[in-house]
Amino acid sequence: MGRENSKNVWVFIEVYDNKIRNVSLELLGQGRVIADQLGEKLVGVVIGDNIAGLANEVIAYGAETAIVVSGNEYKDYSTDGFANALTALVKKYAPSVLLIGATRNGKDLAPRVAGRLETGLIADCTDIEVNSEDRLVEWTKPAGNMMSTSICPDSSPQMGTVRSNVFKKPAPDYNRAGEIVAEDIGTKADDIRTKIVEIIKTVQGETVNLEEAEIIVSGGRGMKGPENFAILKELADILGGSVGASRAAVDADWMPYAHQVGQTGKTVKPKIYLACGISGAIQHLAGMSSSDLIIAINKDPEAPIFNVADFGIVGDLFEVVPLLTKEFRRIKNG
Amino acid sequence: MNILVCVKQVPDPVEIKFNSETASLIRACAANIVNPFDKYALELALQLKEKHGGEVTVLTMGPPQAVDALKECYAMGADKIVLASDSLFEGGDTLATSYALFCAIKKTGEFDLILYGKQAIDGNTAQVGPQVAERLGVAQATCATGIELADDKVLVAREQDDCQEIIEVKMPALVTVAKLAVEPRNPNIRRKIAANKIEMPVISAADLEGIDAARLGLTGSAVKVKKMFAPPVRGAGIKIENETADNAVKALVDYLSNAKAI
Ligand SMILES: Cc1cc2nc3c(=O)[nH]c(=O)nc-3n(C[C@H](O)[C@H](O)[C@H](O)COP(=O)(O)OP(=O)(O)OC[C@H]3O[C@@H](n4cnc5c(N)ncnc54)[C@H](O)[C@@H]3O)c2cc1C
Ligand SMILES: Nc1ncnc2c1ncn2[C@@H]1O[C@H](COP(=O)(O)O)[C@@H](O)[C@H]1O
Repeated sequence: MGRENSKNVWVFIEVYDNKIRNVSLELLGQGRVIADQLGEKLVGVVIGDNIAGLANEVIAYGAETAIVVSGNEYKDYSTDGFANALTALVKKYAPSVLLIGATRNGKDLAPRVAGRLETGLIADCTDIEVNSEDRLVEWTKPAGNMMSTSICPDSSPQMGTVRSNVFKKPAPDYNRAGEIVAEDIGTKADDIRTKIVEIIKTVQGETVNLEEAEIIVSGGRGMKGPENFAILKELADILGGSVGASRAAVDADWMPYAHQVGQTGKTVKPKIYLACGISGAIQHLAGMSSSDLIIAINKDPEAPIFNVADFGIVGDLFEVVPLLTKEFRRIKNG
Repeated sequence: MNILVCVKQVPDPVEIKFNSETASLIRACAANIVNPFDKYALELALQLKEKHGGEVTVLTMGPPQAVDALKECYAMGADKIVLASDSLFEGGDTLATSYALFCAIKKTGEFDLILYGKQAIDGNTAQVGPQVAERLGVAQATCATGIELADDKVLVAREQDDCQEIIEVKMPALVTVAKLAVEPRNPNIRRKIAANKIEMPVISAADLEGIDAARLGLTGSAVKVKKMFAPPVRGAGIKIENETADNAVKALVDYLSNAKAI
């Protein structure tokens, strides 16, 4: 779509288990910043079934307008249904910017929509700003060992996906006034070519929610083998945290992929990130360098992880970690 | 059952070395490999073929040396391999890349099932698959960890963070494949020898009927890279060296309690 007359910053509000995903709320926060820089409005788009209650939340988190598309055909996420509804809305209202959370479903939807609209899409952005001169959105993300900033100068909307934990969730204000617009966009049953027939909850132990963990104890190739992750688990348990891993550890099958931190894993922002036997490759840093406190244990004094660590111990993790656990256990038991 | 697998040749991440002085990656000597997720896609395609018959074609778009990636796929068991290569394809964003692949697929044949890797580990966008599906006008499913045929549909196990969805997808369909529980098979030695002897026809832009050159490569890209820069450095803090583990741990615990982090 062309750029003429396009206006307003849109956030696709993803609903999962009848709740708005955190990443969508975080995007309302940054969307507000961008909308103010452009002097435009912030709009949240909610698609689902029985979701009327969520519109107020979209406004509380900073939008002027919530557009709500509801219908039984949107009860479950489907590429065809959601792409149809979202592109129809974009064609009707012509937003200038469209932000989508880089979740599994968000990354399924965004490229399909950008393809249909023949517009650019930048994946997994870590920063989004407006250039005051040309008023274009600048999308920044890691690219190899560098960072790149891209623009989408000729087509509209300017689209990007963003992971959770990149931006801060704003504080909601439930007294904010806003407009709720119901849009009726039907999708014919036949046009939805996929159907969820079964949902199998992940078994094997607890689900990992690294994105929300306040403390993460992560291990890398220095852990030497899968069995040694038990010492990290013990430390994490004492601290009430979760266990993360580098890609080297995941590739070696020492830990499941859901634990991977970094460019191709999770982006995390805990209060404390403890890296054990992790060298600190740029792709790993891309997923954890905005943690409040970074602590590194590595026997190589030259390991790049020490360049970002607030507190580094040059030493053998197999000595240090058990001692740490012992010390914290002592503190905990008073 | 006609299956197409699209693969990309990428630099081997294991070969990429980190230079801690300049804090940059040394890429120069990096060898090229078939994108790991694309190999899982090929493995799934070969398993489906073994069970249900049919033909597996592998397509890549890339520089002339990408033929090595195709030969590896042939050695793993692909029936046909196709290389699309032209300087006009170079430097495209996912919109331009998906347009070129769409045109190349149209020229290559008709397929019931098209498999992609979930993402290419060099760019990591995970966008090309869905964008090709859009251009072809077929149904899609992303992040599959398993596929089974069911008449005119496929059953796809799709990974979510906290569950697995089983979804039924009407064919023709494009499915992107994540890490599988099994590793891709090794190349077969005889097929490896045969692969080396293959004379590959190369599809150039001119071979693709009705192609619009303005939509290819850098010219056809909606996204323009404005600048590249070194990542901001987060200053290093305290570093405890040449201390006993006991003392180091005590110092760390003091540090954390002073910072009120615990
Ligand atoms: C496109 C791309 C995407 C990538 N995505 C990711 C990603 O998402 N996440 C990720 O983590 N990586 C990613 N990588 C890989 C990354 O480049 C590194 O290869 C990886 O992070 C290395 O993992 P590591 O630090 O565990 O292993 P190594 O680099 O091998 O480091 C192991 C460290 O352990 C230390 N050690 C060994 N024994 C001990 C001991 N007894 N006590 C203390 N220290 C010890 C060593 O000194 C060393 O520093 C990606 C790479 C590419 C090319
Ligand atoms: N040049 C290419 N040739 C063939 N397939 C490609 C090419 N680029 C990307 N793909 C496919 O698209 C998937 C996703 O790539 P990406 O969107 O770059 O992460 C890859 O796993 C491949 O299956």
